[in-house]
Amino acid sequence: MADAVLAVRGLRKAFGALVVSDDLNLDVRFGECHAVIGPNGAGKTTLLAQLAGELAPDHGAIAFGDRDVTHLSPDARARLGIARSFQITTIVDDFTAEDNVALAVQARDATAMRFWKSAFRDTSLREPARAALARVGLSTRAGMRASDLAHGEQRLLELAIALAQEPAVLLLDEPMAGLGHDESRAMIELLRGIKGTVAMLLIEHDMNAVAQLADRVTVLLSGRVIATGAYATIRDDAFVRDAYLGDSA
Amino acid sequence: MSLDLIVGYGGMVSFGHAAYFAVGGYTVAVLAQHGVDSALIAWPIAVAVSAALAAVVGALSLRTSGIFFIMITLAFAQMVFFTLIAVKAWGGNDGLPLGARSVLPGIDLHDANVLYYVCLALLVAFTAFAAQLVESRFGIVLRGARRSERRLLALGFPTFRYKLVAFVIAGAGASLAGALWAEYARFVSPDMASWSRSGEFLVMVILGGIGTLAGALYGTAVLVGLESLLSGFTEHWMLLLGAILLVIVLFAKHGLYGWLAGSNDG
Repeated sequence: MADAVLAVRGLRKAFGALVVSDDLNLDVRFGECHAVIGPNGAGKTTLLAQLAGELAPDHGAIAFGDRDVTHLSPDARARLGIARSFQITTIVDDFTAEDNVALAVQARDATAMRFWKSAFRDTSLREPARAALARVGLSTRAGMRASDLAHGEQRLLELAIALAQEPAVLLLDEPMAGLGHDESRAMIELLRGIKGTVAMLLIEHDMNAVAQLADRVTVLLSGRVIATGAYATIRDDAFVRDAYLGDSA
Repeated sequence: MSLDLIVGYGGMVSFGHAAYFAVGGYTVAVLAQHGVDSALIAWPIAVAVSAALAAVVGALSLRTSGIFFIMITLAFAQMVFFTLIAVKAWGGNDGLPLGARSVLPGIDLHDANVLYYVCLALLVAFTAFAAQLVESRFGIVLRGARRSERRLLALGFPTFRYKLVAFVIAGAGASLAGALWAEYARFVSPDMASWSRSGEFLVMVILGGIGTLAGALYGTAVLVGLESLLSGFTEHWMLLLGAILLVIVLFAKHGLYGWLAGSNDG
């Protein structure tokens, strides 16, 4: 699969008798948004944890471009260009919104330790940070402490942080989680604007978001891929409707 | 001060900081024993030895966190403590006197006032260095990792390496302080590495306010001040000191500095 940015082959992970990833195959291609859906406990979040490097698979391989990253640490993967957002907002809560994003800008050169110049006055960090905040519509919140932001704003900040890393692949763990109706629509619009510039793996429960964003959809059930294909195909797949979409489709 | 760097900004509560202090002092004393009396040679060696020790201790202990980190750093400090007691050539339990203070070209360290100003200058220099450090890119990563290490890893920062460097810098700082203490007292003893000394350092930091460099200075001044003031009243001064510490910790969560500065964050 030459056009895949991220390729997962035969991934298997079990916690005791509970198999959370069962011979899992998956590709994320350049510029596409690939959604992973499935009921709670289907293994979506553990899949993402294995892609990000927080969890080591028992078997199988993960390739980033033509490089095998199966055994790389989370920080090493991030330096290669695999960025993620967290389902539960994970930010440095006593930094301002802008500080959080500036940290992500700085992370493009994460191994260089610089001891002298003040990071608070470094325009090469501050300007890209402000640009990323503007992109998600948080410019007016730049100077606020991250912990003082509203939930929806923190979700946007999460996204701004991931964007500021300028990744090749963006792993999004339920970006709509906990958002109100209007906030969800705004988030979908935002992601649509980003789509195409970066390969996205989108884990999401919100089927409306999946319908509007996903080029392809993979359906997980008990750690196994039960279907993968274009959104329309998946929607009409009787097996999938039975297993998951059921009442909502 | 150097401890506040790792406790306050790095979230690493080291209960073995006295070890570096002692190693700094002993290095100067042992070098003097062998005829090395130039401060320009002895002090940098003291700092280098402690930095090397901190690198080893840090590389092992930073793999843990919380109570385990405290215990491991304490264990290493105890090892230093008992090593110093055991080595008879360095005076064992009795400690090691310095025949004379080290020599700095053009500066007479035997003049107590001159030594005081040299110490003050180095303190100011280290404070300036630390103040710069916590604002730098390096410092930002350290502070970020304290609050959300998972995020920092996800961003691509090798946080272990950052913390280790901070740990070494802190060890080096404490070592310099130990070297100066040895010059001042003209005597070093295993007591310098004792766990109660480490605890005293932690009290200074907590008293002054964790995460503020100025706080560490306040904490030290207040602790030393209270010590001499209260010991003038009664020989049971430690009892009073304990009560005062309790009040401060209970009522000024950000330490004296935070309370004085009227800081309301957090």
